[in-house]
Amino acid sequence: MVPLSWYIVLSAVLFSIGVFGFLVRRNLIMIFLSMELMLNSVNISFVAFSHYLQSMTGQVMVFFVITVAAAEAAIGLAILIVFYKNNPTLNSDEINLLKG
Amino acid sequence: MFETINMKILLPELILICTGLAVILLDLVLRKKETVAFIGVAGALLSAYYNFSLMSLGWSGAVFQNMFVLDGYSSFFKLIFYISLIITIFISLNYIKTERVSSGEYYSLLLFSASGMMIMAGAADFMVLYLGIELMSLSLYILAGIMRERRTSNEAAIKYFFLGAFSSAFLLFGISLTYGLTGTTSIIEVAEALNRLGPAGRNITLIAVIFFVTAFGFKVALVPFHMWAPDVYEGAPTSVTAFMSTGPKAAAFAVMGRVLFYAFGALQLQWSAIIEPLSIVTIAVGSILALSQTNIKRMLAYSAIAHAGYASIGFLPGTQEAFAAMINYLMIYIIVNLGAFAVVVIMRREGIMGEELSDYSGLAKKNPLVAFLMLIFMFSLTGIPPLAGFIGKFYIFMGAVEAGYTKLVIAAVIFSAVSAFFYLRVVVYMYMKEAAEPSVLIVPHSVKLVLAFTSIMAILLGIFPSVLLDFARASLLG
Repeated sequence: MVPLSWYIVLSAVLFSIGVFGFLVRRNLIMIFLSMELMLNSVNISFVAFSHYLQSMTGQVMVFFVITVAAAEAAIGLAILIVFYKNNPTLNSDEINLLKG
Repeated sequence: MFETINMKILLPELILICTGLAVILLDLVLRKKETVAFIGVAGALLSAYYNFSLMSLGWSGAVFQNMFVLDGYSSFFKLIFYISLIITIFISLNYIKTERVSSGEYYSLLLFSASGMMIMAGAADFMVLYLGIELMSLSLYILAGIMRERRTSNEAAIKYFFLGAFSSAFLLFGISLTYGLTGTTSIIEVAEALNRLGPAGRNITLIAVIFFVTAFGFKVALVPFHMWAPDVYEGAPTSVTAFMSTGPKAAAFAVMGRVLFYAFGALQLQWSAIIEPLSIVTIAVGSILALSQTNIKRMLAYSAIAHAGYASIGFLPGTQEAFAAMINYLMIYIIVNLGAFAVVVIMRREGIMGEELSDYSGLAKKNPLVAFLMLIFMFSLTGIPPLAGFIGKFYIFMGAVEAGYTKLVIAAVIFSAVSAFFYLRVVVYMYMKEAAEPSVLIVPHSVKLVLAFTSIMAILLGIFPSVLLDFARASLLG
């Protein structure tokens, strides 16, 4: 039996890796994947808590998070494609038309 | 076991969502695109009518096992969203034709976004709150980038999307920690569980509160989570910027108030200590960075950041009275800000961007009335009496002084004086500089209506301040 704290630590570590990747990576696709990592690390903690507390709420929440993440991915990739048509770059340092 | 679902309470949201769907379909059949917009306005008015008639009939209450509520608090915020939505539709009518944006998806996304905000305001469970935020944000990501051919619009959408999604992850992490510690996602039950937990348990919950404040800080653009706001506000279509700086900001404050006051009320001293430095830094950074802006949309973005700082002072005392002052402030701010954006929108004409400050030179000669109304909005945003903006700031500051935040208020008043510089610079350009080229400024009828409403409200709410404040107080009670 794996104790609850292991799952929570795993979730926190994955979340931190996601935050780190989001802030450090320069490729838009990698930033996008870091974001997905953050969302899924939260799912781990929801399921772990749900099992520990013997309550279904956490698992229901995970379904919603997965669904919304799919919608978010669809919209995010669509925005990326429209962006790429006008600005052929995926490097976040080169997205600098707006500044000041 | 099974409750009969009282669909009446959901009626305002359902009407708005159905209108949004109808607008997409009707856009394909209807030749005249204005009709689509007016269907949107009609849907919003019908939804508002139902919302307030349900309230007056005493039909308020909760549905879906206390996941969604209709109460005075949500109704006050919904009024803000209706005003924001309808005014945005009115100022978009001519603007999106100039920008060649296809109207069907534009108006339906506005409606979906507004219904997302209404769900946020009525959320009594973190699950519903998250879904409301996502419905609002996902629609706004598309709206920010709806001018597909323009590179600045693309860039705004990218930046808004990434930082918005980043903040959602923080919100979810906060929700999951709260769920783990209290065993529930219901806002009322979280408050009860916190009362049962001892001081040690509460201190762990503080980590969750920090995650919540970070997520909401992104949504309302509190410093240091504000970096996206100026870029997105500048790059997005002006009508969308008008919408983003009013409705979604108020919606984020609505959920922030709901979560902090109702769920984490037991930790009031702790979260006040977190928000206090954020609010003053937000006011300082917003006011100082606005000084060097030459693009009016960017200047209004920094002004929106500073105003979020002023509004968040209303959280600090933790009393009903200060909170009423805060929602009163939000209502005044969105009306005045929409008025200012209505002027920015009509400055965009065929072949003229009209976003630079220099485009405003000589406006007083070209169109004295528009220049005068812009002067009213700028004075009101600065907080010069007897206009509405002054009243809003006055009540916020009074509440904070009574709670002992004297130093904070002194600093806020000083930065308010600093902000006069960039607001009044617009007035200087309009009245004291000569126009570069003689061009006519035609004001469409729909925008005339908006300008009349917002300027009259900016003056009336300043002269009769107690009307709105009493309404805000009554809304918080039930």
